Amino acid sequence: MRLVVDLNRCQGYAQCAFLAPDVFTMHGDEALLYDPHAEPAQREHVARAAAACPVQAILVDDLDGAPGPAEEAPGDR
Amino acid sequence: MIGDGSIDRLRREGRIVIVGASLAGLRAAETLREKGFTGSLTVIGDEPHPPYDRPPLSKQVLLGKAAPEHTTLPRRLDVDAHWRLGHAATGLDMAARRVRLADGDEVEYDRLLIATGVRARPWPVEAEAGLDGVFVLRTRDDATRLHRRLTEETRRVLVIGAGFTGSEIASACRERDLPVTVAERGSSPLVGALGGVIGEVARQMHLDAGVDLRCGVMVTALEGDTAGRVRSAVLSDGGTIDTDVVVVSLGATRNTEWLAGSGLGAGPRGIACDAGCRAFDVRGIVTDDVFVAGDVARAPHPLFGYQFLSLEHWGNAVAQAEIAAHNMISHATDRIPHLWVPAFWSSQFGVNIKSVGVPALGEEILVTQGSLADRRFTAVYGHQGRVIGAVTFDHGRWLPFYQELIERTAPFPPPFPTLDRRADGRGPVPAEFPDPSVPTHGPTVTVSGYSPADRRITFTPGRA
Ligand SMILES: Cc1cc2nc3c(=O)[nH]c(=O)nc-3n(C[C@H](O)[C@H](O)[C@H](O)COP(=O)(O)OP(=O)(O)OC[C@H]3O[C@@H](n4cnc5c(N)ncnc54)[C@H](O)[C@@H]3O)c2cc1C
Ligand code: SF4
Repeated sequence: MRLVVDLNRCQGYAQCAFLAPDVFTMHGDEALLYDPHAEPAQREHVARAAAACPVQAILVDDLDGAPGPAEEAPGDR
Repeated sequence: MIGDGSIDRLRREGRIVIVGASLAGLRAAETLREKGFTGSLTVIGDEPHPPYDRPPLSKQVLLGKAAPEHTTLPRRLDVDAHWRLGHAATGLDMAARRVRLADGDEVEYDRLLIATGVRARPWPVEAEAGLDGVFVLRTRDDATRLHRRLTEETRRVLVIGAGFTGSEIASACRERDLPVTVAERGSSPLVGALGGVIGEVARQMHLDAGVDLRCGVMVTALEGDTAGRVRSAVLSDGGTIDTDVVVVSLGATRNTEWLAGSGLGAGPRGIACDAGCRAFDVRGIVTDDVFVAGDVARAPHPLFGYQFLSLEHWGNAVAQAEIAAHNMISHATDRIPHLWVPAFWSSQFGVNIKSVGVPALGEEILVTQGSLADRRFTAVYGHQGRVIGAVTFDHGRWLPFYQELIERTAPFPPPFPTLDRRADGRGPVPAEFPDPSVPTHGPTVTVSGYSPADRRITFTPGRA
């Protein structure tokens, strides 16, 4: 499951770190570190974190378990 | 053209080509589909990887908290595009509306989006740049190589250049307990982007973390052993540094060479475009079918005197790509301008650094909240009596407030009393940006161009 956080928008409220601590952690007082490739087992936690983020800064694909677009091989597809 | 149905036809069955398969390219492709474009979409990228995110490369990845190959960007939807990854575009024929690829193939378009970004500026001496142990950090492959080397036995890492990327690399190395020397030509880290007052705070952060920081010096040569591995670096003050890993962090070069001779207004400073992301040709006339977005673009911003800004910022790439995508498939009257207020973040030495506006345009700076000594503060930049930018260190929640001041062109110093004002905040002081005629390495914002209200040409030499 891939995710990205818009850290311009993120206000460091740490909601996500509370709801999905294996994926989001605070680094120092305010900076957010996250694993951009969370394990499928984390899906529910990540979904809750994304929903709870007060500024909606977390973008996740593949949340409903649908296979994400394949990792394209070099060349044409 | 309006009302002749051509836009409707374009939206239905047109051909759109995007060159550059990274953040801006992906977000533009998604936006085109979200806005109902059902024609053919081709995305050309010279890297073999599907679009991935770069900011983690100098943060999570170097800290060992994320694998470089795990930075692939999430998709908002399946964009149903023809992805030509691992293929560089090598030429553009604007009259025939074709993009030429390295393998000789040609792709025709009705609308073209150029999002080829920038690449790391390499160490200028080729033989020295080729030594084993000399790295740059821009791509996922760069990060893979550098990260692998940092996990092997390393005596000392030398980072050349203390801009944002260089400082983040130094910070990650210290967190991994690796000995690090940072060599910076300017008077302090981050001085080009944030000025000397904030640079002094950054300097203390390096020192407290145990970085061997050398400011006001240049690396003049890299020396290798007989096996071709880097061994030491020579400094302009006569010193030498024993090192086996060198990370060259001297800013970036725009990827525009492939457009040479195309007639597009593309050069080393990027591709100039209007506020609607339409590229200018070499005559300064705006095109109607070639659009640009992201790090490679240079666009006028009304909030900053219509000066042409080129921003190497993540948020700008996203916002500009979305505007470009919208405008590519819209009637002239439905086009929207890219009025994004510049903003970026960095995190280093455990401190969250954020900025809005264009601090580099500021002449004066005022600490409005917190204190420099605590490394928890908000500082505001003033330019000709108005608020032009703001930076926060571990005070990010205040940024939207300052963004609004910038958008409202509030006076500087701001008229409100600052509540927790300490010794720092008594009054504005010079922001201490380096003299632009004295070169330091790359600021993240470069400003150039003319203002329609003030026809004098102001030229700021590249701080390259
Ligand atoms: C290590 C690092 C850390 C960063 N940290 C931050 C941060 O903390 N905050 C922040 O705001 N920003 C940060 N940035 C900047 C941010 O990543 C960029 O602003 C963003 O990637 C720009 O996206 P882009 O799509 O415009 O360009 P790019 O990401 O540069 O993508 C351009 C793509 O086009 C490809 N290309 C070039 N020429 C051709 C050609 N002729 N044919 C085909 N393809 C071509 C390139 O290989 C590349 O894949 C960081 C960047 C780096 C490198
Ligand atoms: S919940 Fe949202 S705002 Fe809070 S730390 Fe996480 S991403 Fe940032």
